[in-house]
Amino acid sequence: MMKRSLGILLTAIFFSVAVAPNLNAQEGPVQSLRGATAIDETAAVPDVRRQDTPDHRFRRSYRQQPPLIPHKMNKYQINLKVNQCLGCHNWPYNVDAGAPKISETHYMSREGAALDVVARTRWFCTQCHVPQVRTRALVPNTFKSPAEID
Amino acid sequence: MSDDASKSEPPRRNVVVRVWRILSRPNAKYSLGSLLVLGFFLGLLSWGGFNWAIEASNTENFCISCHEMEQNVYREYKRTVHYNNRTGVRATCPDCHVPKSWVHKLVRKVQATNELFHHLGGTINTREKYEGRRLKLAESVWKTMRETDSRECRNCHNYKYMDFTTQEKRARNRHDDAINEGKTCIDCHQGIAHELPAGYQPPLESRAEEQG
Repeated sequence: MMKRSLGILLTAIFFSVAVAPNLNAQEGPVQSLRGATAIDETAAVPDVRRQDTPDHRFRRSYRQQPPLIPHKMNKYQINLKVNQCLGCHNWPYNVDAGAPKISETHYMSREGAALDVVARTRWFCTQCHVPQVRTRALVPNTFKSPAEID
Repeated sequence: MSDDASKSEPPRRNVVVRVWRILSRPNAKYSLGSLLVLGFFLGLLSWGGFNWAIEASNTENFCISCHEMEQNVYREYKRTVHYNNRTGVRATCPDCHVPKSWVHKLVRKVQATNELFHHLGGTINTREKYEGRRLKLAESVWKTMRETDSRECRNCHNYKYMDFTTQEKRARNRHDDAINEGKTCIDCHQGIAHELPAGYQPPLESRAEEQG
C-alpha cells in the first residue's frame, strides 16, 4: 500500500516536472536556428563571410577574457596527438618565434602541481581562445567593459 | 628431342650459350632494313609501354588502391588545402611524393618496391599499426625532403614568384627569415597534408623536452 502510493506520487512528480513543460513548449511557436521557415520549405542560404583577421591585437573587454588570436589558425592541428599552437607559444619556442608565451596557469595540473607541459585540462586552446574577427556582433547586446562603467 | 635436332645442334647446351649463338651470328634470311623497321617498332612499343607503366603507377588512383593509403593518409589529406581550396588547383599524391625529373623519379620508383613488401607483409594494415609507425614514416619523408631542399614543393611554390605583400605579416616575416637562414619548406610546413604524429617536435634550435 505504502509502496503503491509512493509510486503514484513519484509518477505525478515526474509528469509535472519533466513532461508537462515540454507539452507547453510544443504548443507555442518554436524558433530553431533555421529560423521561421516551414519544415517542408528550404531555408534561404546564409551569406558566406570571409574571415577578416586584422594583424593588430584586439583589446580585451574584461580582465578574465582569454586573449583573442590575431591570426588565422584554421589549418592548425589540435588533437589528442599534437597541438601545433605550442610550436610557437610554448616556452622556449616562443622566444625564437617572437610569440606571446602561454600563461603559467596553463602548466598547472588539476591538483595544482606545476608541470613542464601544458596541462591536459588546458590542451584544447580553441575552447577559450578564438581568432579575432572584424565583424558585427552575432547577437545584439549592451555589453560594457568595466572600464566603460563609472 | 628428335634426331635431326640433336644432330644440327649439340645436345644439353646451356640456354644462355644457345641464345648468345643466335644473337652473335649474322642473319642471312631477313634484310637489314626489315630488321631495323621491326626493331624500331618493337623499341617504340617497349619504351612506350615502360613509360606508360611508370605513369600509370604515378596516379592518385593507383596510390589509394592500397587500403593503407586510402584509409589513412588519403582521408586526412582530403581535409587539407592541397585537396580542397579557393582556386580548385590540386596537388595529388605523386605531385609531392614522386620527383618530376626522370632520373629521380626512376630512383623513387625502385625504392617503392620496398613499400610493396611492407604491403604484402601487412606492416601497417590496421589503423593502430599505422599510428604506431606514423612518426617513423613521417620522419623518413621529412628527411628526404630536407635532403632534396623540398624539391617537390618547389615544383609549384617558388620564393621568386611569391608576393610577400599579400601574405599575413607573420608569414611574410618568417619567409623572409627562411630565405636568409637557408631553410627549406619542410622545416616549418610539416603536417600540411596529413595528420602529425604524436611525439612530433617543431624543429627549432632550442628544443624543449617532450611534450604531450
